[in-house]
Parts: sequence; C-alpha cells; structure tokens
Amino acid sequence: MKRLALLLIALALAACGPRPLTPQFIADGMPERLADWGMVAAKAGRLTLADGVQPYELNTPLFTDYAGKLRTVWMPKGQAAAWTPDVAFDFPVGTVITKTFFYPRAADGTVAPGDDLRLDQTGGGLDLAKVRLVETRVLVRRTGGWAAFPYVWNEAQTQARLKRTGAAIPMTLTRPGRVDRFVYQVPNVNQCAGCHATDHAARALRPIGPKSRHLDREVSLAGARFNQLDRLVMVGYLRGLPPAGARPRAADWRDEAAPLDARARAWLDINCGHCHSPKGPADTSGLYLDAASPAGASLGLCKPPVAAGQGTGGFVHDIEPGEPDESILVFRSGSTDPGAMMPELGRSLVHDEGMALLRRWIAAMPAGCR
Amino acid sequence: MGQGWRRALGALTIVGALALAGCGGGGSAAKPNTTYQETLIQQLIDAKSGDVITIPAGVYAIDRGLSLDIDGVTIRGAGMDKTILSFKGQTAGAEGLLVNASNFTIEDLAIEDARGDGLKVNEGENIIIRRVRAEWTGGPKTSNGAYGLYPVQVRNLLIEDSVAIGASDAGIYVGQSNNVVVRRNRAEFNVAGIEIENTQNADVYDNLATNNTGGILVFNMPNLKVSGFATRVFRNRVEGNNTGNFGRKGSAVASVPAGTGVIINANDQVEIFDNDIGGNNTANVIISSYFSTGYMNNEGVAPNFDPWPESIFVHDNRFAPGGAKPDGLDLQALRVAMFGVTGRLPDVLWDGYVDVKKFKGGKIDPALAICVDNGAAQTLNADGPHGNKSPALAGEALRCRLSPLPAISVAAAGPVPAERKVPAPVKP
Repeated sequence: MKRLALLLIALALAACGPRPLTPQFIADGMPERLADWGMVAAKAGRLTLADGVQPYELNTPLFTDYAGKLRTVWMPKGQAAAWTPDVAFDFPVGTVITKTFFYPRAADGTVAPGDDLRLDQTGGGLDLAKVRLVETRVLVRRTGGWAAFPYVWNEAQTQARLKRTGAAIPMTLTRPGRVDRFVYQVPNVNQCAGCHATDHAARALRPIGPKSRHLDREVSLAGARFNQLDRLVMVGYLRGLPPAGARPRAADWRDEAAPLDARARAWLDINCGHCHSPKGPADTSGLYLDAASPAGASLGLCKPPVAAGQGTGGFVHDIEPGEPDESILVFRSGSTDPGAMMPELGRSLVHDEGMALLRRWIAAMPAGCR
Repeated sequence: MGQGWRRALGALTIVGALALAGCGGGGSAAKPNTTYQETLIQQLIDAKSGDVITIPAGVYAIDRGLSLDIDGVTIRGAGMDKTILSFKGQTAGAEGLLVNASNFTIEDLAIEDARGDGLKVNEGENIIIRRVRAEWTGGPKTSNGAYGLYPVQVRNLLIEDSVAIGASDAGIYVGQSNNVVVRRNRAEFNVAGIEIENTQNADVYDNLATNNTGGILVFNMPNLKVSGFATRVFRNRVEGNNTGNFGRKGSAVASVPAGTGVIINANDQVEIFDNDIGGNNTANVIISSYFSTGYMNNEGVAPNFDPWPESIFVHDNRFAPGGAKPDGLDLQALRVAMFGVTGRLPDVLWDGYVDVKKFKGGKIDPALAICVDNGAAQTLNADGPHGNKSPALAGEALRCRLSPLPAISVAAAGPVPAERKVPAPVKP
C-alpha cells in the first residue's frame, strides 16, 4: 500500500514537472527531437547536461563563425573508448557525442563572439537568457558506424528539432568596433560527411575532435582543475591512456607562450586536416595540412596549386615562404567567396585572429623558393 | 620560356567572346522556382541505391551547394535546356553539385553559374555524365567558377553529349582518373575546353572544342599520387581556340597561350590523330614540358615528378592554318623573325625539353620519342632549354612512328562507333 502511494506520487510529479533528462542510445531511426537523446536539453532557463554527460573542449577548435561550442560525450554504462595515438578514439557502440553551437547575446538582437569561452564558463550548462542557441549536432556510434544528426533550436529556445536538410540562418555579429551581417549555415546530413568522412574512399563518418592531441588539456570545471584525458579515464570513458609525455599534444592556437609553428600547425590541423590529409577528400590537391604532414611541399611550401582555379587569388604557391599575402593558403582561408574560400563548408565569416596567426607563421619563414 | 609561353601578354582581350557567349540555351528568362531546392536536398539525402531522382523541366534557383554520397543513384532532368539548376544566388558551397559515390549517372540537365565548380564527382567508380550542360551564362570571366564538369579520382568514366561553357579553368576536367571516355561533347569559351590531367587510359573523341583559350589539354601536375599516361585524342574538331586567357594567375591553365588547339604538358603516351585542328592562332598543337609552365621549382615540386612529355605521337590529323597571331610578344617576335610579317608559326610547337638522363647510347630512346608524322605539317623546336636562343624547324628529326595506343574499354560507352559524330558549333 505504502509502495503504491509512493509510486503514485512519483508519477504525479513526473507528469507535472519537466521530464528527467536521461541519456539514451537510440540504435536506429532518426529521432525528431534533440531531447529524445536525453543528453542536453533546455530546462528551467538553462541548457542543461544530463548526469554522466561529460563536457569537454579542444586545445585548438575548428572555427565556426565565432560561435561558442559546448561539446559533450556520453557512453552506455560500463563502456569505454580505447585510446589511440593519432586518430579519433575507438568509441564503443552506443557513444553519443553532441556539439551545441551558440552565441552570447549582444545589443539590439545581435550576437557576440562565443569562441573564446572556456569550459568553466560553458561546461556546467548555459544560461538561456544570455545566449542564443543555434544548433546542436549529434554524432552517434551505432552498430553500422557513426551517424550524424543536426538539430536546430527554435526561437523560444525550448527545443531543437531535426533538420536533415540543414538551414541558413541570417545573423548579425557584434564585435568591438564592427558589426557583420552573415548567414550561418547549418549543414545538411550529406554535408556532415563532407568533413566527417575523413577517409574519403571508405566514406565512413568519424568524429574529428576527440583525439588525444586535442583533448590533452588542463581545464577548470565547477571549481576543480584537471586534465581532460585523466578525467575521461576517471569517469570510465577511456582506457589505455599512456602517461603524460608519452602522448601527442596539439598546441592551443591562442597560447602566446607556445611556439609559433606549433600554434599554426594546430590551427591548420583542426581547420583543414580532416580534408587535407592523404586519405581525405582534398587529397586531390596534394596539399596535406594534418598534424602528421612534414614541413615541405606537401604542407604547401613553394607548391604550385593543382586545381585551385580562380581560388589561386593570382598567386603561384600554396605557401610563399616569407610572403603571407602572396600565399594561396592565406588567400583562400581569408576569403568568403564560396568559389574560393577554405574550408569549403562551415563558415561564412573570416577568422581574423586565425589569419593573423597564419600570416605571422608564414612571414617568419625564410623567404624564397629554390 | 621563363614565365611561361604567354609571359608578355598584357591586358586580356576577349575579342568577340562576350558577344558570342551564353549561347547554350541557358540564362533563361523564366522566373526561377525558389522552393524546389528543399525538395531536392531532401531527395539527395534520402536517396537509396537504385533510385532515380527526376527533376522536371523548370528553372530552379539553388543557393547552397548540393551533395550526394549514396552509391547507385541516377539524377535525371528533362533536357539540358529544360531542367536548369541556377546557382546565380549561391551563398555557400564550393560546387553546384558535389558527388562522392559510385555507380552514379547524371543526365539531361544544366548547372548554371555555380560559384565554384559546376559538377564535381570526387572518388567513385562507374560514373556517367550524359547530356549535361555546365555553363556560366555571363560569358568568359575570371570570376567564373573553375570547372564545369569535374570528375576526379574516379574509375570507369563516360562523359558524353555534354556541353561546358565559360569555365575560368577547364570546361570538362578529368583529374587523377583511370579508364575514361570523353566523347561528343562541346566545350566553348572556357580557358581549357577539355582537360585530361594525371589520368591514365583515356579516349577523347568526336568532341568539339572551339573558342576556348586552349582546346584540348593533356597535362600532368606534380605532387599527386598518380601521374597520367595513355591518352588518345582523335576525331575531334579543335578550331579557333583564340579566346584571351582569362584564367586566374597561378592556375595551371593560366600558362596556356591563347590560340592553342591541343596542348600536352608533361604527360606521357599521348596519341593525337585523325582530328580536324585549325585556326588556332598560336599553334594547332603544342608539346611542352613542365619547365615551360613557369611553375617549376625544386622545393615545391616533388622530386619524383617527371616534367617531360614522352612517347608522344602526332599523326594523320587534318590541319587548317593556325599560328597566325601567337599569344605573347615573345612568340609574336619569333613568328616575325622566322616566318616574316605575314608568316605563321607551324602546326606543331615543341618547347624542346628532353630528359637526357634517359638517353640510350647518346640518343633519345625511340620508345620515349616525340613523333610527328603528319604529312607536310612542320614542328618548331622553340629551344626552351637554351632560353629560346636558337629556335628551329625540326625538319625530319621528329618524323617517326610509335605503336598506336589501345582503345579504352568503358562498359557504358561500348566500342568506338564507326561513325564520327561531332557536335556542331552554336551559331551566334
């Protein structure tokens, strides 16, 4: 009798209040609502993470029109990813990765850059009065491989619905001294493969961020300071982690204390390397910008372009050592013309600070091509 | 050739080209349908192997790049002048349509005014592009997209009965592919009409290449995983390719002189025969090495790259006069000095580079030779290796023959038809 009463009370509470956020692996189909996954959801004025959903950040992130990004990973109970030295970790079936794209709100309905926010400002959730949510992308590891689903948030920021055909969202970005109108592009499902099918022959989707070199980072969260990889081991999501010093580490592109070359290479790796690698879709160019690419012609030094077309910008080498403003790499990374810009997808604005870094890097190279 | 064949060309003059452009039937005045693109994107996402995506007649405004990555899909319109995908307002995406799939067929539609490439097929087998028009409707402009029809890293490819107009690089560009047939296409007002690059085993026949900067190109570029060889260019009409080079500096085709019929650069085993080639103001045929592109350097060009054209066989073509007004002051001066004020450069222009390291007994290995056995047609050796100091007619020095290359077998193409069918040029 007593137990029945408790149960009734529990049911009544569940019916009235918001449903508890319970992460789940959905093995098939195309869930219509982001909330179906139970990873992140809008609750009581906050974007909230479910228990067991681990937020993380990258040493150097992909640039997406100055959007802030809240990244999470979750695995079913008892499951763990196997550490790998260079490619994305070997995640078990059932893994769900989310990435929520948002902007801090600015004056007059515009938005402000969110890309400099760190995990201690985002990992505990987001105050919906202060941010504009744009989209949340879900990558799920199913038995047949990874699947990608883009969810677009409604204006009220109460829920995000599946939008497989993508979306084009006009926005205005306010920065000190300048205002830029732009169209934020939510990729369609096929375009997800444009970046995530990192092996273009196999065409299977793979995560890009969760690699050892990107996650190996000291972060602060909820008053604690820890290494992200250690934390993943601690919560049971990662096994086989070698000791620090025995694993690769990408530089933080913003870290003025890090060597210039390491910072530029980290930026190129995360922004370009998923396509510009020996197995990626841009292997047609012979230009490899992933972390493993040795300095030389394959990295673009003195290299004539193959099929850049009008994307050369009138320059003859991918990187003209010592001459950033005569380098095709800088021209295309700094363009917003769809016919010339790089990456081909994923941004409508120029990453000015990234360009400044590339320019410094190339300017520091000894000039001339023998 | 220092900066390249066309170093001294000043401001580009695109005489007559603008007036003639846009004649493919596109640029339709019909009000475009702006809502269909959502349907089309959904179809491309939901496609399953075996599906035929049918696009009815109409002009459809598309503002984002389209993409397909499912094997076994056919996209079919109602005709290249009836079903028109217009990318005039494109704000995102580097291609009109990007395909990464095998067993793919696209036919009977047009892709107009893409901001980047028109159709790109990146990796896949058994690809058919048939009766597709890729066009930039504003005429030849440097700001046009680079490639019209652009399969790259594919195997078993057929491009037929298609049209490419206005590309700022190549109208039809086959890159890094193997087993290829390109036939009965019309390429006009592109920098390069048809370009076969780093591709192995290609047959290019019954095409019309006219009013491009260069009609048909067979190129090898450095730093790629595969180098090209074994291309046959035959039964084509390659006439009046005199449009000023409007390629962006730095692109491979920017080094092609206006007025080029067929040009080989650094490629090997190329057979050019039974074509009608004429009225190309620099030369009807150019045989050149990578040294003449102006892009050679030791640091940025992979050391294993072979910059020399080898095993080249030009024979039995029907040449109409060309070479009357070569592109660039260097070539003009050469023409006047050697052939007089009213003279012409000969039908074949060779930059003169040979790889002496491959010589046998102090002479060129006959299997690697450049052979021009084309009746009375003459070859000018431009003496590139010595800074063009002593250009001279090759006389009988290049008269030799190589074994014919075998025909290419692409299942969808079948054997080469006995009857030659070259598309007619569009009358302005």
